[in-house]
Amino acid sequence: MHVVLDNLPAFLRATRVTAQLTVISFLLAMLIGTLVAGFRVSPVLPLRWLGTVYVELVRNTPLLVLISLFVFGFTKIGIRYSYYASAIIVLSTYTGTFVAETVRAGINTVAPGQAEAARSLGLTFSQLLFAVVLPQAFRSVVAPLGSVFIALIKNSALASTIAVMDLSFLGTQLTNSTGRPVAVFMGSAFFYLLLALPSGWAIGWFERRVAVKR
Amino acid sequence: MGRARWIGASLVAVALTAGACGSSDDSGTVKGGGQTATTTAPSFAAGSTMATLQAKGKITVGVKFDQPGFGQRNPTTNDIEGFDVEMAKLIGAAIFGGKAADVGSKVSFVESVSANREPYLQNGTVDMVIATYTINDTRKQIVDFAGPYFIAHQDIMVKASDTTIKSVTDLNGKKVCSVTGSTSATNVKAKAPQVDLTLFDTYSKCAEALGDGRVVAVTTDAPILGGLVSTSNGAYKLVKAPFTDEPYGIGVKKGDTAFRTFVNDTLEKAYANGDWASAFARTLGKIGLDTPTPPPVDRYTTTPTTAAATTTTTK
Repeated sequence: MHVVLDNLPAFLRATRVTAQLTVISFLLAMLIGTLVAGFRVSPVLPLRWLGTVYVELVRNTPLLVLISLFVFGFTKIGIRYSYYASAIIVLSTYTGTFVAETVRAGINTVAPGQAEAARSLGLTFSQLLFAVVLPQAFRSVVAPLGSVFIALIKNSALASTIAVMDLSFLGTQLTNSTGRPVAVFMGSAFFYLLLALPSGWAIGWFERRVAVKR
Repeated sequence: MGRARWIGASLVAVALTAGACGSSDDSGTVKGGGQTATTTAPSFAAGSTMATLQAKGKITVGVKFDQPGFGQRNPTTNDIEGFDVEMAKLIGAAIFGGKAADVGSKVSFVESVSANREPYLQNGTVDMVIATYTINDTRKQIVDFAGPYFIAHQDIMVKASDTTIKSVTDLNGKKVCSVTGSTSATNVKAKAPQVDLTLFDTYSKCAEALGDGRVVAVTTDAPILGGLVSTSNGAYKLVKAPFTDEPYGIGVKKGDTAFRTFVNDTLEKAYANGDWASAFARTLGKIGLDTPTPPPVDRYTTTPTTAAATTTTTK
């Protein structure tokens, strides 16, 4: 455990990088996901089509492949961002598909009568979506969205393959320089837990808070 | 009836799976040689590692499976090839008798990546590690090293058109790529403190980053860069400004002095009779390296085993 204690500042720095990656990517993924879920239930066919293509294409490709493709492939056609920005772009685009599907499932739990009532009152589609359906949809999918968030904490480890100095990057680095992989990766795992466990508790608390009291 | 058939089917499935495992050759055993030479095997002191391995008829060696020139799986034959592999065969031949080319399946190879070399030696998964394994003081506290059998020099790779980088000090203030946690990254930082390092998990990604202009140079041991240069179709070149000595050693279990001495003796014999040089020409020679003079083996005094457990080894 000396290895971990001696490198505590490095572990804390790396934990902050992982936390930053996760939080920024999740906020972007929520935006993308909500928008795409709206696309997928919209009455406009091309929008539904666009949403479906995006979700099916990105969700069914391994994250590692997407990251490598974006950083090493897209660079060649002129799309070039820093490695850190690239990690956030790919993580949020990928996670956005899961958010979209989760939110869409939430939308489907809202009774059709709600939408019919809203339309008969003269609300436009976007008014009915944002004022009537989504607020009810989100409350029923807090738990699955929480799972998406926790999955994102762990998925962010793949950013270490493109030179982002997060917890996994530090793990590889210290393993090679100290030759003590077990202690080092137990340390990494501990700091991932430190991020994921409180997130789980916060999600549980939030879920109870917004639950419909029957 | 239905149930009996189901059981029968699953038995067949199990048998098929077992068959598939048996033939897949996961351990990377080197085939060939065929006939075992009828030479008399050397005799060793009872209880020594050499005697134990000889009685077992097999030595397990940790090598790299992805390092061109040193230890790499040949995609066509599935054999592991390279200079490290040749060293393993030389030592195998010294234990079992006969020629290095004829040791066949008596020398079996296990993939060792940088992170598992020490654990593999400590828990006995392998009998020795020959995997571009740089001898340093940190590692000496955990394992014992025979050799060095090769001195690698860290060099710089740039685009073929680059004329600005001539030595390591020219890397100050430049974006340079190396691999996470490697000694190469530490070394370049020491010689060019203002270097701006980008660290990936593999050198092929560094080569990509160089091609994309995200970095202006890649630095690590010359043989590895040589491999990248040779596959770049003339896009990259070696600066040929070596700035470190990386002695590659053969890792053995901590405290096994008799075995370490034996490996050192074997290396010195191979230096003297030309086996070392011919192994070099067959492997690293093919990726453009000139055969150097073999480095003298370092029979250093090892630290006691008990010290390793308590000493902090963080750099």
